[in-house]
Amino acid sequence: MERAVITHGHSDHARFGNQFYLCHKFTKPILQLRLGDNYYQTVEWNETINMNGVKISLHPAGHIIGSSQIRLEYNNEVWVVSGDYKTEDDGISGKFEPIKCNAFITESTFGLPIYKWKPQQEIYDDIINWIVRNKEKGKASILLAYSLGKAQRVLQAIKETTETIFAHGAIFNMQQTLIDAGWDLNPVVRITPETPKELLKETVIIAPPGAESTSWMKKFYPYSIGVCSGWMQVRGNVRRRNVDAGFALSDHADWHGLLESVKATGAEKVFVTHGFQSAFSRYLNEENIAFSAEVKTQYGNEDEETTTSPNLSEREELSRY
Amino acid sequence: MIDENQNIGSFLSPSLPSKDGMGLSGLQLFAELVTQLGTSTKTNDKLQSLVDYFATAPDADKVWVIAIFSGRRPRRVVNSRLMREWCTEIINIPDWLFDESYHTVGDLSETLALLLPETKNETQVNESLSYYLEKFIAIEKEDELIKKYFIVNSWNEMNHDERFVFNKLITGSFRIGVSQKTIVNALAKTVDLSASVIAHRISGNWDPVTTSFNELLSESVSISDFSKPYPFYLAYAIDDDVETLGETDLWQAEWKWDGIRGQVIKRNNELFVWSRGEELMTDKFPEYFILKDLLPDGVVLDGEIIPAMDGKPLPFSVLQTRIGRKNIGKKQLQEAPISFFAYDLLEYNYEDWREKSLTERRKKLEETIIPIKNNAIQISEIIQFTSWNELAELRKNSRKMNSEGIMLKRKDSVYKVGRKRGDWWKWKIDPLVIDCVMVYAQKGSGRRSNLYTDYTFAVKDGDQLVTFTKAYSGLTDKEFAQVDHFVKRNSIEKFGPVRTVKPELVFEIAFEGIAASNRHKSGVALRFPRMNRWRKDKTVDEINTMDDLKEMLKMYGK
Repeated sequence: MERAVITHGHSDHARFGNQFYLCHKFTKPILQLRLGDNYYQTVEWNETINMNGVKISLHPAGHIIGSSQIRLEYNNEVWVVSGDYKTEDDGISGKFEPIKCNAFITESTFGLPIYKWKPQQEIYDDIINWIVRNKEKGKASILLAYSLGKAQRVLQAIKETTETIFAHGAIFNMQQTLIDAGWDLNPVVRITPETPKELLKETVIIAPPGAESTSWMKKFYPYSIGVCSGWMQVRGNVRRRNVDAGFALSDHADWHGLLESVKATGAEKVFVTHGFQSAFSRYLNEENIAFSAEVKTQYGNEDEETTTSPNLSEREELSRY
Repeated sequence: MIDENQNIGSFLSPSLPSKDGMGLSGLQLFAELVTQLGTSTKTNDKLQSLVDYFATAPDADKVWVIAIFSGRRPRRVVNSRLMREWCTEIINIPDWLFDESYHTVGDLSETLALLLPETKNETQVNESLSYYLEKFIAIEKEDELIKKYFIVNSWNEMNHDERFVFNKLITGSFRIGVSQKTIVNALAKTVDLSASVIAHRISGNWDPVTTSFNELLSESVSISDFSKPYPFYLAYAIDDDVETLGETDLWQAEWKWDGIRGQVIKRNNELFVWSRGEELMTDKFPEYFILKDLLPDGVVLDGEIIPAMDGKPLPFSVLQTRIGRKNIGKKQLQEAPISFFAYDLLEYNYEDWREKSLTERRKKLEETIIPIKNNAIQISEIIQFTSWNELAELRKNSRKMNSEGIMLKRKDSVYKVGRKRGDWWKWKIDPLVIDCVMVYAQKGSGRRSNLYTDYTFAVKDGDQLVTFTKAYSGLTDKEFAQVDHFVKRNSIEKFGPVRTVKPELVFEIAFEGIAASNRHKSGVALRFPRMNRWRKDKTVDEINTMDDLKEMLKMYGK
């Protein structure tokens, strides 16, 4: 593509091989880390750009740092592309705001009524209690969280519990990139082959999901593994992952979040992608909330919260460290 | 003396107040136990969770936990259709959305727990596990409205975890990877009894409503339940390296019969027949009634429940015509007469013989059974052999004998509890195999929820594909994830939870037997089908045909 407007830095939403990238200023350092040097044009939220008579602006999506919805206006018709979004304010990703539009393209990763998130503070408390219990049992706590997004959130949440938090190289690099870009985030200590085993006893370690069941984990024994992901809402997924604890902490909107957002846009047409699109779309139609249709995209195939084995981009990331 | 023991017991763990020192109610403790058992991945952690539970829970609840985890539950008070009706009524969603949710979660109890709205105020569940279970029994015969009132009100007071276990108690079994062995071991750390005694005590016919923890596991009570079976000793599989077992004359070989493993008990002049699944099946097999007159009193036999004519076993498909039938007519008795192939003796003259050697037990078994000349019982013959090679040759006849292979038992072995390595081995014949293509997929349940893991397979018939079997097991988690990925991208149509898939993935299906069947489109029914291998090297043009399947039916079909 000649021009790509990027909602956020996850690999299924920001691809190689475009000539010009337009993104929010917070997204640029992430793209530089992941895609290398390219032509990046950055904007602030609510700043309007004209492109062939189309007014383009970005608006906070609350998904991860820099994540944005894209608003397009032409001949008084407004379309909004949600990208990935969450409605709860996590304090670092910006506060999602619904935008009035004629057509809304929404994600639906968790578009079933079984997905209802607990308030994040309750989940953070669960994570902290789990860490404390592990310490009592003489165990290290390994938290599996995607390097971009979930890791920053979890790190902010648990900074009071432990003095030093250790991290896998993939997490360290992302965290350091963000700190270098001026974010006031919690620094982590990178684990290297030289890190002595004794130092890691009963500590907290953040690792990307793909690090699980690799020999890299051996060093931390005895340990307990916890996964932070919206999929952990369902017991079967926790059991399938064969981990000790699952925390249903998500960077996506839950069922009510999706419904409320769609309603708040006032859109008469809603295109649903990325998840449970057929169910969510059918519900919108049947309840007369909007005229809705499903759209197939490449999103989600490599999303952070896929239920199966580590995805390609993650594997690449792991092999680099 | 006994009275004093019981007083001390009930003083130490009073059963009246349902809260423990931590302020958790009986149901909350149980919900916590279920969560821990469901997420811990190590047997030792599960054991510890159970030990902790048995140390803190009210006595009446402990009895119920033992009952539930060994398959004794109260009868269902409401069916699942009503529960989902009440739930959709409360949250006001369409039926299809409930279905979507259910197929994603893969478990009805959990779906209900996730869908029901959060409890508004901080209500507390103060009741014990036994309160709810006894309540279920109390309302079993009541009107639907009374049941609804109780269940909906209970939901309203509960948090997610409590609702989940509450629904589980109503709807079905707890599949949380706790074996009977783990329960027994946890109890052995709680009361001063050996594991094998506990296993025996908690088996058989007892009612959790009328049995107290002390009665069940008292350290000084003799058997009063005459029906009680012994826990079965189970064998591990051995491959073709039988030579590693050493000298042949240390071993006794028998045919491995393809029936239902069972125990025949005669005590107090009554007859009891138990299946390995600890189901009391006495009434299902009227052929055995005569054994009450033919067997000596105080005897327990281990063997196979199997249809046989003139002393020769019939295929398993014949037995299937008898299982699950409430009334057995003349026709079944004639066409599928059931016999008991006895191969071990566990009790003689009311004395537990399990610690004696197999040779001793076998001798007594022969003395007891051989003089009985009746079709209802026979002895499972010993196979004579002098070398492993000779036995391997004999094993090739297994299928003709309607047997699954050969059992090898050490002659000096005692009768152990559960599956143990070393003294007993099953040396099964190689399964039959066929290459076929996957055509339908459906999501699994439990740890396979939201993953396409249940497949239907087809063989070629000219230009057509004919479905002939389903299979759910045999692939690794990684392979399942890959097939799931394929299904999601290659679906042709969707029928409720079932997707038709582009016929492309070829699998080798292994199975133990084949029989003609008029219930299946293909005209055959397989026994124990599973995915043996994913034939990534084969295309759909290279799979087997309907003719191949018919040929197999002719050669091995029964």
